[in-house]
Amino acid sequence: MHDGRKPELALDEPWRNPQATPYISIRNVTKRFGDFVAVNDVSLNVYRQELFCLLGGSGCGKSTLLRMLAGFEEPSSGQIFIDGQDMAGIPPYSRPVNMMFQSYALFPHMSVQDNVAFGLKQDRTPLKEIRERVAAMLDLVKLSPFAKRKPHQLSGGQRQRVALARSLVKEPKLLLLDEPLGALDRKLRESTQFELMNLQDKLGVTFIVVTHDQEEAMTLASRIGVMNQGHIVQVGTPSEIYEFPVNRFVADFIGTVNMFAGRIVDEDSNYVRIAAEADGCTFFIDHGVSASPNAQLWVALRPEKINIGREAPADTRENCVQGVIDGIAYMGDVSVFNVKLASGRMVKVTRPNLIRREEDTLTWDDEVWLHWHPASGVVLTS
Amino acid sequence: MSRRVHRSLWVWLGAGLAFLYIPIVSLVIFSFNSSKLVTVWAGFSTRWYGSLFHNDQILDAAGLSVRIGFISAALAVVLGTMVAVALARFGAFGGRALLSALSTAPLVMPEVITGLSLLLLFVAMEQAIGWPAGRSAMTIIIAHTTFSMAYVAVVVQSRLAGMDPSIEEAALDLGARPGKVFFVITLPLISPALVSGFLLAFTLSLDDLVISSFVSGPGATTLPMVIYSKVRLGLSPEINALATLMVAIVGAGVVIAGILMNRAEKARIRDEQMALAGDDLPAANPVSQA
Amino acid sequence: MSRGSQLPLGDRLAAGPRGLTSTLAQLPPLRLLLNALARLPLSGHHAVIGLPYLWLGLFFLVPFVIVLKISFADQLIAQPPYSSLVDLATEGYISLKLNIGNYTFLGSDPLYFNAYLKSVEIAFCSALICLVIGYPMAYAMARSDPAWRGVLLMLVVLPFWTSFLLRVYAWIGLLNNNGIINNVLIGLGLIQEPIVMMRTNFAVYVGIVYSYLPFMILPLYSTLEKMDLTLLEAAEDLGCRPLKAFFTITLPLSMPGVIAGFSLVFIPALGEFVIPDLLGGTETLMIGKVLWDEFFSNRAWPIASAVAIAMLSLVVVIMAVQKMLAKHAEASQ
Repeated sequence: MHDGRKPELALDEPWRNPQATPYISIRNVTKRFGDFVAVNDVSLNVYRQELFCLLGGSGCGKSTLLRMLAGFEEPSSGQIFIDGQDMAGIPPYSRPVNMMFQSYALFPHMSVQDNVAFGLKQDRTPLKEIRERVAAMLDLVKLSPFAKRKPHQLSGGQRQRVALARSLVKEPKLLLLDEPLGALDRKLRESTQFELMNLQDKLGVTFIVVTHDQEEAMTLASRIGVMNQGHIVQVGTPSEIYEFPVNRFVADFIGTVNMFAGRIVDEDSNYVRIAAEADGCTFFIDHGVSASPNAQLWVALRPEKINIGREAPADTRENCVQGVIDGIAYMGDVSVFNVKLASGRMVKVTRPNLIRREEDTLTWDDEVWLHWHPASGVVLTS
Repeated sequence: MSRRVHRSLWVWLGAGLAFLYIPIVSLVIFSFNSSKLVTVWAGFSTRWYGSLFHNDQILDAAGLSVRIGFISAALAVVLGTMVAVALARFGAFGGRALLSALSTAPLVMPEVITGLSLLLLFVAMEQAIGWPAGRSAMTIIIAHTTFSMAYVAVVVQSRLAGMDPSIEEAALDLGARPGKVFFVITLPLISPALVSGFLLAFTLSLDDLVISSFVSGPGATTLPMVIYSKVRLGLSPEINALATLMVAIVGAGVVIAGILMNRAEKARIRDEQMALAGDDLPAANPVSQA
Repeated sequence: MSRGSQLPLGDRLAAGPRGLTSTLAQLPPLRLLLNALARLPLSGHHAVIGLPYLWLGLFFLVPFVIVLKISFADQLIAQPPYSSLVDLATEGYISLKLNIGNYTFLGSDPLYFNAYLKSVEIAFCSALICLVIGYPMAYAMARSDPAWRGVLLMLVVLPFWTSFLLRVYAWIGLLNNNGIINNVLIGLGLIQEPIVMMRTNFAVYVGIVYSYLPFMILPLYSTLEKMDLTLLEAAEDLGCRPLKAFFTITLPLSMPGVIAGFSLVFIPALGEFVIPDLLGGTETLMIGKVLWDEFFSNRAWPIASAVAIAMLSLVVVIMAVQKMLAKHAEASQ
């Protein structure tokens, strides 16, 4: 699932190789604040030069995990290893880790170059070297003309790049980024995402990014760890997470999904038939499922994987359902149809707007058939 | 977010607070001393409270001070609020800078100068127009109003600055005229600042010795002036008793105010949480009334 | 604009009485007045601005003009005890007599100059002591559990609401030769003879620091409390140890609070009267007390006025310096 734009990893997909040594190893880490368990028995391996995204809603524990890596919080139990070194008891200022803060935390009383030089000064780097490295780093993030400015004289995007330069100039083993693009507006966010990836590629630093924005995670990450209520729910590449979610939470959290509750009615080693009785349709899935015969199951169906049309499909017994268009959202590139089934439930369907002036467009109150491929539905047991 | 602080800092803070309270505590303790020697403990007694309540000079002066405090604080709240509204809400107007300077200058003016200059003004006015004839409580009220309105202006101005101006704009948009907006919208919202401004002005007036000494006339002796004249002669257990009463009144007032504010704040937070929780719950599942 | 303004002046004069009034209306001062009146919607706005303006002008601005005037007057044994500056001389000329003698007197008598210097010295040192004592207190408060902050803040402010005079008075009982401190020390056998503290500069320092410490703590606390603590985390993350982070991040960022606190102590301490009068001795000559004595004991109104003007100029200079420093501190952030 390697696609060309993702940064070259030292080892191609090292997480698939049991012999590969993880660069960052989080082992059974739990963090409690009083009665509240912020991070619950998390184990995670991140490999050298990865761009790993921790994705989750607010309060899911992703930021706490990040702060434990940076050393601002100590785990209540469990261990964290970075490049083979146990981080227990090592204060933040002695860790080979730097962090880019969500608020950027630029020192307001220092110029851009003093901000960037700050970390090097703490290590008593020779002045000449500081000057060179700061200049090179400012060049890299295209901020050289602003070296003498104070943070409040910069735009949001420029501040973001100062924060990035400041945390990268020490060439940390691991760079932690807390919602790195959260404060930027949409257009800027998109271009900055690619800048961030290029930079990571160029410098070969391992990144761990915390974000609540699934689009951002999908664009940036080599792998994503989805978190919920202190647990890591699923770890995988963006396409694994999207196409093969392990449970309803992940399926629902990443992208949009139509969830059908059902029961197995027919089962074989290489197929399964699931009836969603409430919604009056039957799913034929082209692979076997390990579940007890009468257990409650769910089939998750992405809106873009459903075909919509006026004509009934050839076989109307399964993998299709009839409905009426209840609403249309025209998004430019795609249109989103809300289709009301006979059961009353709404199904979301997206369709790319391939033709500029389509004759005979689908419109409100049209009777339509929805149908999908046997491989499109994801069967979820929890 | 709170950060861990070195233990020695807590010791320092405790010592600093002790420094602030030891004199007050010593005043209170020795007010119950039976000996006339204020600093040598001779046994518990409340006799100085008794003699305090029979000291007409002190009681009269206290009454006068309270009256002056009330009137000057009320005037200061009216005038100070006007200044604050003008500075915070009227945008740029001719003389704004001067008004701003005039209204903050009394804050930094040494009291001796304020007192001296006002006295010279009153003398000159008496010569010129025959008013004020002699000096009295009236001149003290004028003097106190002048310096305490500056404090009120600062307090109210900061409240106005922290207030969302779109609330007033919404009222204007809905058809209320500016005067109406002020009394119906602005005034209720800044009322906490008005209360604290009033209390501040009252306290400053009640506390003032220097300016009162300059501008008062023979008939008007305020409480600080009586205390000062007694204190100059040496320690007096009656003054200790008086101090204890004042500390008790202020302490009780602050504690009650603190509790009330705390309660209101907690109620507000609870209401907000309930309201927010109500958002998340489906309508069919209403919040149970706890 | 009236139509008349479009005509040349001659035509307007020729236009008769009505033209004449409109011409008069064009004369600069009158026009300004009329324009101002015309523009007056006579709304509440003008009352709101006008009333405090009138009050402050009459009871704050005019008095200073009078003080300035009297500082140039002669001392008279009369009621009021000063001469008039403006005499309507017999020939109808107005003669103005400016007597700078009061100022040269201030310059010639070392008493005033010394009092001046001593005031500045005591006020400055007191502010410095307050800073040293108050900064760690404010820091601890600002970093305490949020639930405690309100209580701590109240504890710092509370003494302010009780009588200043009485709190200074309390120190007499503590510092006297037979006062509480000496009694306790003698009782403990640490000293045989009482330490003389009352009526010394030490007592004045104690009084000023005690009275004005809250004014130092409050602005420091508010700047420290609203400081973004992630800045400290960022510094630590970049390899900076906590103590060094305090000096490179926290301290520079709290400068506005330091400046505000310093001037809130320095300026009132400069003109302080009650504390040097009650706690100080003959060696503590402070300018506020000198003014008081000149006025009440010597009835030297012109001299007192000159002292006031000199003192005022000092305050103005200090305020200007403070403004400049504050601006600088703001600008550097």
